Amino acid sequence: MPTTEVADQTPHTRAPAPQQPTRRRFDLRERPQLWLVPAVFVVVVLAWEYGTQLLAVDEYVLPRPSQIVEALQRQLTDEQFWGHLWVTTQEALLGFVIGVGAAVLLGTFISQIKVVEATLMPYIVAFQTVPKVALAPLFVLWFGFGLTSKVVMAAVISFFPMLVNVIEGLRAADADRIQMLTVFGASKTQIFRMVRLPSALPFIFAGLDIGIVFAILGAVVGEFIGAKEGLGYLLLQTNYNFDIAGMFAVLVVLSVMGLLAHFVIRLLQRRLAFWAEDTKVIGA
Amino acid sequence: MAIKAMGRRMQQPAAVSEDSWIEVVGLDKRYQPRRSAPTQALRDINLTVRRGEFVSVVGPSGCGKTTLLKILAGLSPKTDGAVRIAGREVSKPLPEVGMVFQAPTLLPWRTIFDNIMVPAEIQKLDRDKHRERAQQLLELVGLTGFERKYPHELSGGMQQRAGICRALVHDPAVLLMDEPFGALDAMTREYMNVELLRIWRESGQTVVLVTHSIPEAVFLSDRVVVLSPRPGRIAEIVPIELDRPRELSVMSSDRAGVYVDRIRNHFNAAGVID
Ligand SMILES: Nc1ncnc2c1ncn2[C@@H]1O[C@H](COP(=O)(O)OP(=O)(O)OP(=O)(O)O)[C@@H](O)[C@H]1O
Ligand SMILES: [Mg+2]
Repeated sequence: MPTTEVADQTPHTRAPAPQQPTRRRFDLRERPQLWLVPAVFVVVVLAWEYGTQLLAVDEYVLPRPSQIVEALQRQLTDEQFWGHLWVTTQEALLGFVIGVGAAVLLGTFISQIKVVEATLMPYIVAFQTVPKVALAPLFVLWFGFGLTSKVVMAAVISFFPMLVNVIEGLRAADADRIQMLTVFGASKTQIFRMVRLPSALPFIFAGLDIGIVFAILGAVVGEFIGAKEGLGYLLLQTNYNFDIAGMFAVLVVLSVMGLLAHFVIRLLQRRLAFWAEDTKVIGA
Repeated sequence: MAIKAMGRRMQQPAAVSEDSWIEVVGLDKRYQPRRSAPTQALRDINLTVRRGEFVSVVGPSGCGKTTLLKILAGLSPKTDGAVRIAGREVSKPLPEVGMVFQAPTLLPWRTIFDNIMVPAEIQKLDRDKHRERAQQLLELVGLTGFERKYPHELSGGMQQRAGICRALVHDPAVLLMDEPFGALDAMTREYMNVELLRIWRESGQTVVLVTHSIPEAVFLSDRVVVLSPRPGRIAEIVPIELDRPRELSVMSSDRAGVYVDRIRNHFNAAGVID
């Protein structure tokens, strides 16, 4: 401490009022991806369109984008198509909610008690390595050709990545932060609410993000095995009918579903776990 | 802006003397990591702190200063000896103790204001009263206008100041501070020193402060505890007999200089330059 005479001086600590960062969201020089991403899309689609013509690729092998768009238009104006879409959406969403809900509950319970966690962890890891998709025939056998078997499939397949993320997330709480709360007399419940849960949030969102995509996958796979409706069923139908462009159109619709779900979850994440931009995602 | 004591003082068991408000007797601390050799962090620490006293702890890096504070805070188990605060054996954190950590340790998902309210929230203290106090503390450390900001929007020094507010918000009877001003520039640091003395004088807190700065220790303290290099042992306890209330100008006096030199000699003798 230098010994100059500045006793009780005016506070140097008064920092200037915080400023709003000037954000140039649409500056193309700052963020070249804003035009690069659509550019890549355009180039690929054009190459596909004219490349297939040039090389005389059979449209039963690979239809041209223009044919796929045509097929898509046909489907979007068909009432039956919307029925299929609605069925798959229902199956995926129901399965997702049940799967991740169960994972959050079980994961929270497991990580409360060390012995339980240590005992169950090997089983969880073992189950995780089972290719869940292979269970689809069994579920159809058990739960029939209707909605239930697909919901179960979607739930099971989105359950595991969520479970692992919840357990890992609740474990990720910073020891110093827990110590800080402890000094101020926090109970276990308070520590859970004030540190463990928020620390787990980025992991939970990673689990949701994988989970929703997996749930759609689960629903479609279930429909492959045995169903009378849904986008998976429609996919098989178009395939049987050699309507390959129609098949691609269904694939486009499925991709858009997945993307939409992904964006909704990212949006929620930015709102609710804003402090952590990118957390490593634990895949399944 | 005066920060008033809030009248929530530690209940005093009948037999506790004000002279041994904090009592450390024969304290030993050995860290025993699972896969490496044990570290003797502290050896035979004996220290009593009067109620309302301001004691600083100085010593070379790694000599066990943080360890000593964590044991006082009830965060770290001791290997041997006894530690009592207000006559109570410290085996878990006591609610009347506030602590400023070496790193700010703010919660990134809470605004600065909500971070500062954490102790009041945990101990379910009167919300309105403590909100007002939090606001006063923020003003005191120059963080007015940053209440609604998140920690990552603040500089390291600003975060550290928020950490200090948090330690003071529930008006703890005992305040433990682990290098609270380490991240601050010299000017802010001096200002904070003066303010800390004022808070201390007005609230009658018992303070144990760890610092790397010998002049800071001399300026603030009633006594300075000098620890030897690891394993930390008490090399000397230096009473600082400078008049109170102190102003920064006291540091240019000869008497202050003598104290600083005396403490610095311990470091030089140990081959450690501060
Ligand atoms: N959790 C731990 N496990 C094992 N050893 C530890 C642990 N914490 C501290 N130590 C050791 O104990 C010794 C004292 O550490 P401590 O953090 O108390 O030092 P310090 O005086 O606060 O140092 P600094 O001034 O650098 O903050 C060091 O040698 C350190 O390596
Ligand atoms: Mg330390």
